Amino acid sequence: MLDQVLPKYKVLRDEDECVQCNICVKECANDVHGLRKERGTLRADHAKCVNCQRCVFMCPTHALAITRWPQVDAGSENWTLRYMQDIAKQAQTGGVLLSSMGNPELYPLYWDKLLLNASQVTNPSIDPLREPMETRVFLGSRPGMLKVNEREQRIVSPMPIQLKLDVPIMFSAMSFGSISLNTQRCLALAARELGTYFNTGEGGFHEDLEQFGENAIVQVASGRFGVSPHYLNAGAAVEIKIGQGAKPGIGGHLPGEKINAEVSGTRMIPEGTDAISPAPHHDIYSIEDLRQLIFSIKEATRYAKPILVKIAAVHNIAAIASGIARAGADIIVIDGFRGGTGAAPKRIRDNAGIPIELALASVDQRLREEGIRSTVSLVASGSIRSSADIVRAIALGADAVSIASAALIAIGCHQCGDCSSGKCNWGITTQRPELTCRLDPEEASRRVVNLIRGWNHEIQEMMGGMGINAIDSLRGNRLMLRGVGLNEKELEILGVKHAGE
Amino acid sequence: MQGSEQIRLGTMPFKEANEQVRASLEAHDAVELHEVFAQRYLGCALPAGKSLSIHGTPGNDMAAYMEGGTIEVFGNAQDQIGNTMDGGRIVIHGRCGDAAGYAMRGGSIFIRDDCGWRVGIHMKQYEQKIPVIIIGGDAGSFLGEYMAGGVIVLLGQAGQYLATGMHGGRMYLAHEPTPHNVSEGLEICALDAADERELEPLLIEYKERFPESANKVPPVRQFKKLVPLSSRPYASLYTANG
Repeated sequence: MLDQVLPKYKVLRDEDECVQCNICVKECANDVHGLRKERGTLRADHAKCVNCQRCVFMCPTHALAITRWPQVDAGSENWTLRYMQDIAKQAQTGGVLLSSMGNPELYPLYWDKLLLNASQVTNPSIDPLREPMETRVFLGSRPGMLKVNEREQRIVSPMPIQLKLDVPIMFSAMSFGSISLNTQRCLALAARELGTYFNTGEGGFHEDLEQFGENAIVQVASGRFGVSPHYLNAGAAVEIKIGQGAKPGIGGHLPGEKINAEVSGTRMIPEGTDAISPAPHHDIYSIEDLRQLIFSIKEATRYAKPILVKIAAVHNIAAIASGIARAGADIIVIDGFRGGTGAAPKRIRDNAGIPIELALASVDQRLREEGIRSTVSLVASGSIRSSADIVRAIALGADAVSIASAALIAIGCHQCGDCSSGKCNWGITTQRPELTCRLDPEEASRRVVNLIRGWNHEIQEMMGGMGINAIDSLRGNRLMLRGVGLNEKELEILGVKHAGE
Repeated sequence: MQGSEQIRLGTMPFKEANEQVRASLEAHDAVELHEVFAQRYLGCALPAGKSLSIHGTPGNDMAAYMEGGTIEVFGNAQDQIGNTMDGGRIVIHGRCGDAAGYAMRGGSIFIRDDCGWRVGIHMKQYEQKIPVIIIGGDAGSFLGEYMAGGVIVLLGQAGQYLATGMHGGRMYLAHEPTPHNVSEGLEICALDAADERELEPLLIEYKERFPESANKVPPVRQFKKLVPLSSRPYASLYTANG
């Protein structure tokens, strides 16, 4: 029977501009471009194009552009071409649809419905170019009471171990295996330069990157890949991964094709086998069990490392976060449903979880009401697109944010969503040496550093505009936000007033 | 750095208990713990060359992230012994609870009697590291769940849902499980010469460590081997759809 799957994209080639240099042919790991023998000109196999735009940027004469496949559907708002094509694909293969990156669907984007305050006349604004503006953040539990020896001007109370971030931005967990070693090195270099942290993800810690241990957070997931006492002590903190915003309730599964010798060595599993890390940690069925895992890691690290627990934003998130705080976590990372991934079942990515804005606001509120907010720090992630999103997240109650997609976009990711194929033409989500060498970690890290420095300056300007000179004064300061186009319930959950109030 | 020391734990909280045990292990090669009342994490990340003997009942997560050395328990153990264990040897003169050997990658666990559920879950192997669990009694359900490598030897009966999601390693079973109890994608077969060479010394060691239970050990020829048919059980589950 005829396959009903259409190409998603169409490659447009301006024949007048094309100089037949063949660069597009060489650059495309998907083999889209090829020589049309009879005419000696280049042509494209549209069905293979994933719209990564590598050829578009590499073409010296700008002869290439990608457009959507022009076929229209029958005009139904219900049976759109997209749903019909998904059905065709599954009818053909019988498989679970697998996608990458974050939820692309049209759900409300609360960031865009929250406006920032600025001072006028009274409580004057502050000029960050002339006055000190503090963006340093400490993550971890805070003591309930601080005893100070005033004569000697020093703190007497024992201080919990904390992470020091010079900018309120970390890099989210991305494992070696899902991304290339060069990409992880790029983030490690940027984290060191910026005074913040990158996260190894659950795929172990490659020995070449251990020199960046002071700026690394190592992750423990249910599959425990590469986890050993050495690993737990190799970073500045340890993160327990319970869930991820892109695929709440779904675990990690790195296919055997991506487990080459290097990845196998870092994960400590044989080459070519599937690396399965299911969503349930089968030793965790309760908050008490989570406490057991947290303290087993604290014992293995002699209580010298803060423990993060990462969860996906889901229903009842406030009660869940309260339990995690009581289980002994020092930092809770909440990942919203727009968070990215290297691979997730499409229906989960597009339909499960809740927006980070609502999750964050309700968690912060709940922890305050219970009087335990200061026992943990909150990190928000799951699609932070700009410095303004960071200011909003902190005003809603976050101590800091984690970014991943934005950092990858800074180094060439075009959000094509084809990460799981292992053929990333930008050398980011691939292990093929001929592709990974396309990303120079040093150069790429400079791009990431530029982005974060720019964002941090923007954060300072926005804070200055509000008349605030330290990020601590912005945290949970919801009076600095006003909603537009939000209903009463949404405003209540976000804890903000409507614009004009 | 030699000799041994005895410590009485009583009802001491786990954090203090572990501090004392660690300090003692730094000064001595062998430490004996007495009157142990369920303190968690004893022998956590125990390094090679050290030995810990435990009289009483150690709490959950005993020998978590263990690197080497020996832990011998004269009594029963609770849940999750040998969690993410990398090397060394655990000997239990009694039974143990659930999820023993969770994601263990090296070393061996000898359990004289029964064990709880999900023992050997996520067990893996890597290069020269082949972890081993020997269970002298019966096993609870889900023995060897998601097992990706290593060896499990079971002298008693298996519980339900044996080796669900197993995609590596091998299990030597003294009693052939009923077919409905064996998950899809697994195969029960006879031992070959290499298997016998692997199993025989393990059975000898079990008998030496637990002479009172030596009569539980059947001859090697009675054993069956359980192995996965594929190391890629979910290879055709997905269809790419950016």
